[in-house]
Amino acid sequence: MNVEVDVKTLVIDEQEVSARAGQTILEVARENDISIPTLCHLDGLSDVGACRLCLVEIKGSNKLAPACVTNVQEGMEVSTDTDRLRKHRRVILELLFAERNHICSVCVSNGHCELQTLAQEQGLTHVRLPYRNPNLPVDASHERFTADHNRCILCTRCVRVCAEIEGAHVWDVMGRGIDSMIITDLHEDWGASSCTRCGKCVQVCPTGALFDKSKIGSDHPKYPDFLPYLNLMREAR
Amino acid sequence: MSQTITIDPVTRLEGHGKITIQLNGQGEVEDAHFHVTQVRGFEKFSEGRPYYEMPGLMARICGICPVSHLIASARACEAIMSVRIPPTAALLRRMLNLAQMVQSHALSFFYLASPDLLLGMEFDPKLRNILGVVAAKPALGRAGVALRRFGQHIIELLGSKRVHPGWVVPGGVTEPLSTAKRDEILAMLPEAYANAALALSAYKQIADRFDAEIDVFANFPSNFMSLLNEDGSIEFTTGALRLIDAQGATIEDGITAARFAEVIGEAVEPYSYTKFAYYKPLGYPQGSYRVGPLARLNIVSSMGTPRAEKELAEFKQLASGPILSSFHYHHARLVEILYGVEKIEEILNDPGILDKHVRATAGVNRLEGAGQAEAPRGVLHHHYKVDENGKMLWANLVIATGQNNRAMNLGVLQAARHYVKDGKFTEGILNRVEAVVRAFDPCLSCSSHAFGQMPLAISLVSAHGKVVDRAVRG
Repeated sequence: MNVEVDVKTLVIDEQEVSARAGQTILEVARENDISIPTLCHLDGLSDVGACRLCLVEIKGSNKLAPACVTNVQEGMEVSTDTDRLRKHRRVILELLFAERNHICSVCVSNGHCELQTLAQEQGLTHVRLPYRNPNLPVDASHERFTADHNRCILCTRCVRVCAEIEGAHVWDVMGRGIDSMIITDLHEDWGASSCTRCGKCVQVCPTGALFDKSKIGSDHPKYPDFLPYLNLMREAR
Repeated sequence: MSQTITIDPVTRLEGHGKITIQLNGQGEVEDAHFHVTQVRGFEKFSEGRPYYEMPGLMARICGICPVSHLIASARACEAIMSVRIPPTAALLRRMLNLAQMVQSHALSFFYLASPDLLLGMEFDPKLRNILGVVAAKPALGRAGVALRRFGQHIIELLGSKRVHPGWVVPGGVTEPLSTAKRDEILAMLPEAYANAALALSAYKQIADRFDAEIDVFANFPSNFMSLLNEDGSIEFTTGALRLIDAQGATIEDGITAARFAEVIGEAVEPYSYTKFAYYKPLGYPQGSYRVGPLARLNIVSSMGTPRAEKELAEFKQLASGPILSSFHYHHARLVEILYGVEKIEEILNDPGILDKHVRATAGVNRLEGAGQAEAPRGVLHHHYKVDENGKMLWANLVIATGQNNRAMNLGVLQAARHYVKDGKFTEGILNRVEAVVRAFDPCLSCSSHAFGQMPLAISLVSAHGKVVDRAVRG
């Protein structure tokens, strides 16, 4: 019996690559060691295309496409690292820094933060926009963890890992636009919510927004690499 | 016609301040003030943050004495948690605090004060700095740099960072001490002893030249306050406070952090952003007191280490009761450097120092807590109130510089009255007025909890409020 694999060939950064139909540009790029910056994407979770850092240029289209949610097509010519993209990525990062209160020096994730690392990689030396300095709450009601909304970038990884992997769907997003906030249950304190205390949300949070109380003052690296294995083992059952 | 002299900014201080000297119609000094011109904010913006972030957050007030803030803050948090930290953690913190005291005193004496002491108050201001000292007295200059490095390197070994180590946390410290690090610090001790001894002998040789300054550098009767142990020995990290009067009699003893707010109040003067601490039963300004190295050595009966004990005995010969001239802060600082090195050696040789159990854990068990420690420049007090989730509702910090504020102002007035005659002054005279403030080694950034530039500025103001002359540096 012949199993027909629908193979697509395309060009990413002048490199000819082949892919299976249904794969995203991001997946194919990473398979071929072409790096595209991401923030809301995490291997093992569904993609939502929220952060827009993975925007790429596709020849023949004036629109920029998010690589994490754009499927490959035959004959596509993709550029991942152009002046235009670099400019957009820097502005996105500047907007993220200006939106809430990201003070690296006193943050528990200093040195282990994906936002900080991305800013360094993209050569962000300063923010040209005025900081909003919103007065946002800290939810310290949970026995083990703290949610500091000042450091949240609304990537929704916590929402997805809680719903898709843990199956509890405690986290969700409230409000719209600049007023959006992640909440637990129907906007109750985290400590009073239906949280299962598994800590997956803390491990996938790219910044210091969700952290382990016992890690204050210590190094607080996060370990989100367990997700693909967890998925694999569940499928194998 | 009366005038005002303004020294703005006052140099070789930690933080930003200025001095104004007001002259009357006869050109005599009418009044003088030391103004701290920065604005504080830490107590306000800590509100809403979790209490366990406070040590790391509050320590950002200062790059010179962050360790004292870490310790006072962690102790306040531990009062909220109601925990006692493991004994090894207590020893390690004590060592960290002493290392910081050594480096901070070395900074104050060698970098900030020694240009006046070793080169002279009238020396060319362009060369009256640490580089000038290194050029004129290379061995002493090197000793100063080495003592700073000694303290800073211990802080780095223990806390991974020279400035603002995150190692001190509520409940203890995050990492135990390794054998390799202990041995590295032990190997640094011989050089530190030699440098501390060199500094003391050099100071004693020149101290006689400053009799005139000793007479007028904030030399007046006052109360003094410092931490000490129950056996009367010097203490920087635990213990309780004692307040003595100018004759050396104890006014109040055993003031724990929990009782501090009961007995110490803070007054406000319109000319400074730094408050003026005072002992409540005596009221303000009668209840004002001095803190820091001079206060500590005036109050304690022993150092608890052999070499510093001898130096203390010699120091106490300077007067029959408490030593009242603030010029002697310099001498006291050098005695404490020697004590710091000796005590660090004692701690490193403690059999329990390498124990791995260095952190206690607990949640919020009380809604209010206070902690205190001796910063290099004097008593430091942190007081917090939290909600049931541990979020900060209120904070108050009482800083050494606020407790010395009244004495510094009186000292500036005393020196200005002595030196400024007929409305005339020279750069050397203004430098002496600044040097009064330097003797206290105030930290203006701590006292006002703001960030800002280092230098201090003097102005000469007329009776009509007109600035007649102004010396700005920075």
